[in-house]
Amino acid sequence: MSESVRPALSLELKPKLAPKTKLRLDQKTGKYILLYPEKGLLLNPTGAAILKLCTGEQTLSSIIATLTLEFQSDQAKVQAEVLAFVHTLLDRGLIQAEP
Amino acid sequence: MTDDDRLYTLIAELTYLCPLRCVYCSNPTDLAAHPDRLQTADWLRVFKEAAELGALQLNLSGGEPLLRKDLEQLVEGAAALDFYSNLITSGLPLTRERLLRLRDAGLSSVQVSLQDVLAADSDRIAGRESFAQKLEVMSWVKDLGLPLTLNIVLHRQNLSRVADMIALAERMQVDRLELANTQYLAWALTNRSALLPSQAQLDDAREVARAARERLKGKIELLFVLPDYYSDRPKACMSGWGKRYLLVSPDGLALPCHLAHTLPGLTFDNVQEHSLHEIWHESPGFAVFRGEAWMPEPCQSCERRTVDFGGCRCQAFHLTGDAAATDPACGLSPKHDLIREARAAAHGQLIPLTLRYREFTR
Repeated sequence: MSESVRPALSLELKPKLAPKTKLRLDQKTGKYILLYPEKGLLLNPTGAAILKLCTGEQTLSSIIATLTLEFQSDQAKVQAEVLAFVHTLLDRGLIQAEP
Repeated sequence: MTDDDRLYTLIAELTYLCPLRCVYCSNPTDLAAHPDRLQTADWLRVFKEAAELGALQLNLSGGEPLLRKDLEQLVEGAAALDFYSNLITSGLPLTRERLLRLRDAGLSSVQVSLQDVLAADSDRIAGRESFAQKLEVMSWVKDLGLPLTLNIVLHRQNLSRVADMIALAERMQVDRLELANTQYLAWALTNRSALLPSQAQLDDAREVARAARERLKGKIELLFVLPDYYSDRPKACMSGWGKRYLLVSPDGLALPCHLAHTLPGLTFDNVQEHSLHEIWHESPGFAVFRGEAWMPEPCQSCERRTVDFGGCRCQAFHLTGDAAATDPACGLSPKHDLIREARAAAHGQLIPLTLRYREFTR
């Protein structure tokens, strides 16, 4: 399946970090890093803020609302950023999403 | 060294002892000269010093790490330092109870090796009966909720079964499948003529893996690692010498890679005598192939020198006799004929019947 025909994510999904991951602060860079077997994904502040909310308890729409407030940003902009990031990490099996 | 040299991963080769005798083992062929010399307290100190240098990943490897009776303590120590700890194992000898203890000690993930999907062939390559136990261990790993990587080393005798390997991985619900072609060093170099595939075999397998990767996206992370004999450009071995990885051998040598201690003329320090900080920053063995000053032509003026760092130093030495040569796997290397000749020989239909098994003798 190519990226272009990927179905849109429902905003009711509750994303959750995959069990194989570990989110922690990297003391050397002061950034958060998502660790998984043999690899790590160094996160920018937005990425880290999104993943901290991926606990399986909040829906995507609630995560978007929280981050819009936190970053005092435009909701449409935050939504686009969150969905793109979550899509990428779903494809890589780093987060899971239950309805 | 530069600011870009940052330790991310400590590879702890806890022992070179192993119940298996795989014909492509990546341990040095003189493994018996490196007996277990580090005590529990030594390893725990090494973990702490690696964490202080910035290491986030810890591979508990070997040989077979399960042969260390103190593995639970080591896992607990790693967890206290917030490491992502990965147990890299053959699955022997292990009970479900011990795996449960390792999980409760804070182990992050488990990588189990299979040698093939057919029991008889897996056992033949491993040099002992082990296939059934390995499948059982994989099911325990999943039962206990631990993330599971399945690793299968590929070569001409099993490449045609990549589709079955993927089907098995799906059946076992692995999180990650590593289909890694043999790297022809150490024991694998000894057995190269029996293991090196032909281009056609490799192309077929790669296509099967590519299609499966797309289909399994989001479910199983599928890696297909090409043998560098067929890549035309060398691998960025260890992501560069002394850049991201540090390996400690069972006898305490701190090394930039799995086989650095097979390179003559280099000095590596022992963690029993020096701190990891000292070794990382000052050890001549780490400094020697850092940066670009050591590089010969064609590497020195090549655009890819910051991508592949001149390739694998051990491959350069074991094929050309010079550890500072361009990796002959590179199509630009003046010694690339060595690779071309090995490839040409691999197109023959006959597989040599004799395999040299890994052995632990002095």
